[in-house]
Amino acid sequence: MAAIAAEIAVPLLILAAWQAWTVHANDPLFPRLSTILVQFKEMWLFSQFHLHVVPSLIRIGAGFTLAVIIGLIIGIPLGLSRWGRLLAMPHIEWWRAMPPPALLPISILLLHSIGDRQKISFIAFFCLFPILLNTIDGVRGIDPTLIETTRSYGVGGFERIRRVVLPAALPQIFAGMRTSLSLAVIMMVLTEYFSSTSGVGYVLLISKNTFQLAPMWAAIVLIGVLGYLLNVLLILVERRVLAWHRGWRAAAAQ
Amino acid sequence: MSAPGGGIVTRLTPGVAAAASIAAFLALWQAVSRFGVISEQDLPAMTTTFRELWSMMQTQEFWAALGRTVRGWALGLGLATVLAVPIGILLGSSDFAGRAFRVPIEFLRPIPSAALIPLLFLTLGTNIRSEIFLAAFGAFWPLLIQTMYGVRDVDPVAIDTARSFGVGPLERLYRVTLPSSVPYIATGLRIASAVALILAFTAELFMGIPGLGQIMNVAESFGLTNQVYALAVATGFLGLAIYVVFSTIERRALRWHPSQRPSSA
Amino acid sequence: MAPRLAGGGGAVSTVGRRLLEIRHVSKTYGSGDSATHAIADVSFAVDDREFVCVVGPSGCGKTTLLKCVGGLLAPTNGDILLRGTRVTSPPEEMALVFQEYGRSLMPWSTVRNNVLLPLRHKKLTRQKRNALVEEALEAVGLTPFIDRYPWQLSGGMQQRVAIARALAYQPAILLMDEPFASVDAQTRGDLEDLILRVREEFAITILFVTHDIDESVYLSDRVIVLTHGPTEVKASIDVDLPFPRDQIATKELPDFAHLRGHVYRLINREQVESGEELAATLKTATKGDRP
Repeated sequence: MAAIAAEIAVPLLILAAWQAWTVHANDPLFPRLSTILVQFKEMWLFSQFHLHVVPSLIRIGAGFTLAVIIGLIIGIPLGLSRWGRLLAMPHIEWWRAMPPPALLPISILLLHSIGDRQKISFIAFFCLFPILLNTIDGVRGIDPTLIETTRSYGVGGFERIRRVVLPAALPQIFAGMRTSLSLAVIMMVLTEYFSSTSGVGYVLLISKNTFQLAPMWAAIVLIGVLGYLLNVLLILVERRVLAWHRGWRAAAAQ
Repeated sequence: MSAPGGGIVTRLTPGVAAAASIAAFLALWQAVSRFGVISEQDLPAMTTTFRELWSMMQTQEFWAALGRTVRGWALGLGLATVLAVPIGILLGSSDFAGRAFRVPIEFLRPIPSAALIPLLFLTLGTNIRSEIFLAAFGAFWPLLIQTMYGVRDVDPVAIDTARSFGVGPLERLYRVTLPSSVPYIATGLRIASAVALILAFTAELFMGIPGLGQIMNVAESFGLTNQVYALAVATGFLGLAIYVVFSTIERRALRWHPSQRPSSA
Repeated sequence: MAPRLAGGGGAVSTVGRRLLEIRHVSKTYGSGDSATHAIADVSFAVDDREFVCVVGPSGCGKTTLLKCVGGLLAPTNGDILLRGTRVTSPPEEMALVFQEYGRSLMPWSTVRNNVLLPLRHKKLTRQKRNALVEEALEAVGLTPFIDRYPWQLSGGMQQRVAIARALAYQPAILLMDEPFASVDAQTRGDLEDLILRVREEFAITILFVTHDIDESVYLSDRVIVLTHGPTEVKASIDVDLPFPRDQIATKELPDFAHLRGHVYRLINREQVESGEELAATLKTATKGDRP
C-alpha cells in the first residue's frame, strides 16, 4: 500500500518542488513550471504540432524503420554465416564505436545539404548498429538442437528464416530496437539543431538564440515526452509480439 | 590427413579474412576518391586522410585537443559512476525506494541529453563544466539501470546464507550484494563509456568547448576537408580504444558470474 | 489412413524388406594429432517395420552415429543406405526425435504450428496438412492441447509433441535419440507404451538409441550393443518377446530377465575393459611424468 502511495506521491512531490524552487529563485533562466506548462500547451497542443512535431516524428519514424529493415536484411545472413561475420565484423565494430556527431560535418560535406533525406539517412545509419549487432547475436544464439531439428525435417530457405530464425532472434532484436529508438530521438534533435528549418530541434535552437526561455523549456519538455512515449509504444509492441517469450521464460524459471 | 598442418591454416584464416576485408574497404575508399566517383573536395583519398592525420599528430594542438576530450569524457563518466552506483544500490535493494522513484526514472531516462544543450549554453556556459554535465547526464542512466538490475538479481539463497551466519546488513552489502552485481555494473560502464564519449564530443562540436569536436567544427567552417576527415578517423580510433578497454573489463567481470552462463535460458 | 490398417495385428516382428543399411561407417572429428575417433567401424541393417534399439555405454558415440544416419553429419568413411540410396542430406523418409524436447520445440509456436512446421514445404493441400497434424496429435493423446504453447505442457507432453511432429511428417523410419532420458520414471513407462502403440498404428520402422538396457529389451525386436569408443558393434541380439508388450507382464517373463542379463553382461564387460584400459593409461601417464 505504502509503496503504491509513494509511487504516486513522489513524482507529484518532485513537480511541486520544481514549481516551488522556480517561484522562489525567480531566475529568468528557470521559468516557473506552471509557465512552462502553459507555454507547452500553447505551442504543442496543437498549434505548432503540425509545423514542428510532425516533421520530427516523420524523421524518427522513417530513420528507425529503415534501420530495422536494413538491420534484419544484413544481420540475419551474417548471423548464419561465419565467413560473412569474419568479413563484416571489423567494419561493424568500427562504425559502432564511432561517436555519431563526428560524422555530422562529414555528412554535410558528402551530401552538400542536410535536408530530410540526409537527416533520415543519418538517423538510420546510427540506429542500424544496435539492431544489426543484436540481430547477429540473436541469430547466432539459436539453440543448435532446434537448428538440427529443422535441418532433419528439410525446412530450409525462406521458410526456415521466417518460422525459426527470425522468431528465435526476435527477443534480442527488440533489445537492440530499444537502444536504437532512444538513439533516433537524440539524432533527430542533433540533426535538426545542426541544420534545419523545422522540427523540435529547430525550435530549441531558435528559442535559445532569441532568449525565449519558456518556449525553449517547452521544447525540452516536449522532447522528454516524445522520448518517453516512443519508448512506451515500443514496449507495448514488444509485449504483444513477444508474449510467448515472457511465458516461456516464466516456465523455464520454475 | 592429406593436408598436414591444416589446423594452423584454419586458425590463421579468420585474422587474414578480417585484415583482407579492412584492406578492401580502404582500397575502395581510395578508388572512389581517386577515380572521382565522389570528388576529392568532398571525400579526400584514404592516403590523403591518413597523411593529414599523421601530420596533425606532429602538432601540440592535436594532442591538447585529444587530451581535453578525454578529460571531459573521464570526468563525466567518473561523476556518473560516483552518483549512479550508490543510488542504484539504494533503489535496487529497497523495494519501497524502487517503487517510489520508478516513474521519475522511467520519465527522465529516455530524455535525450542533446535537448539540454541550449540550456547549458545559458547556464553553465561554453566551458568544460557543460561538457562534464552533459557526459555525466548521458552516462548516468545506463549505469543506474544496470546497477539496479544487478542488485535485484542477487541470488536470494546467497543473502539467506549470509544472514544465517549472522552477517550484518552492511557486511552483506559489500560481501554479497556488491560482488554479485559487479558484472551488471561492468556492462553499465561499457554502455556509459560510449555514451559519455558521444556527449563529450557533442558538447565540443555544438558548444565550441575546446577539444576534438571543437577543432573539427573549426576545420569544417574553414572548409579544411582533409582535417575534418582526419579528425573523424581519430575520433573513431578513440571510440574504438574506449570500447576495447571497457568490453575487456566487462568480459573479465562476467566470466565467473553464474547468471551469465549461456545454459540458463 | 491406409498405413494404419496395414500395420495392424501382432505380426510386426516378421522380417520385411531391408530398409536401412549402415556399411562400415566411421567418424573422426578433427585431424592430425588432435583427432578424436568417435566411431571406428559400424555396420548393421534395419528391416522394414523393424524396431531396433542401439545400446552402449555412455559416451560411446551413439548420438554421433544417429546423426550420421539422419544425414545431419557426414561419416568420415562408409555409407548409409536408405532403400539402397546413399544418404547425403536429411532424407524426407526419416524423422528425428531428440532427447532435449524442450529445445527442439519452438517456444513461439503453438503445439499445432510446431507439428505443422515440417509439413509446410511438402506439397500437400491445406486440408491434408491439418488432417495429418490432428491425426498425429490424436495418436499421442494431445488433441485438447493443440492450441497451447509447448512451455505450458509438462516434459512428457512436450516429448509427445515432438513425437507427433515426427509422425505427421510420415517418415518410413523414425530415429530417436534417447528420447525418454529426461523424463521421470512413470512418464517414461507411459511414453514407451505410446511409442509401441503408434509404431503399430502407423506401421513405422524405428531406430532407437538409448543407454537404458531394460528399455532397449522392452521396446525392440532386436538390440544392437555397441562397444566403448571408438565405437564398433559388439553384438546383435534378437528379442523374441511376444507383442503386445506390457510394463508388468513382459518384464516378469523369464526370457526378459535372461535377455536383459545378457545385454547387461555385454555392456558391463565392456565397461570393465575400458576401465582397465583407463587404469593402464593412467599408469603410463604417471610413469611418463617422472623426469
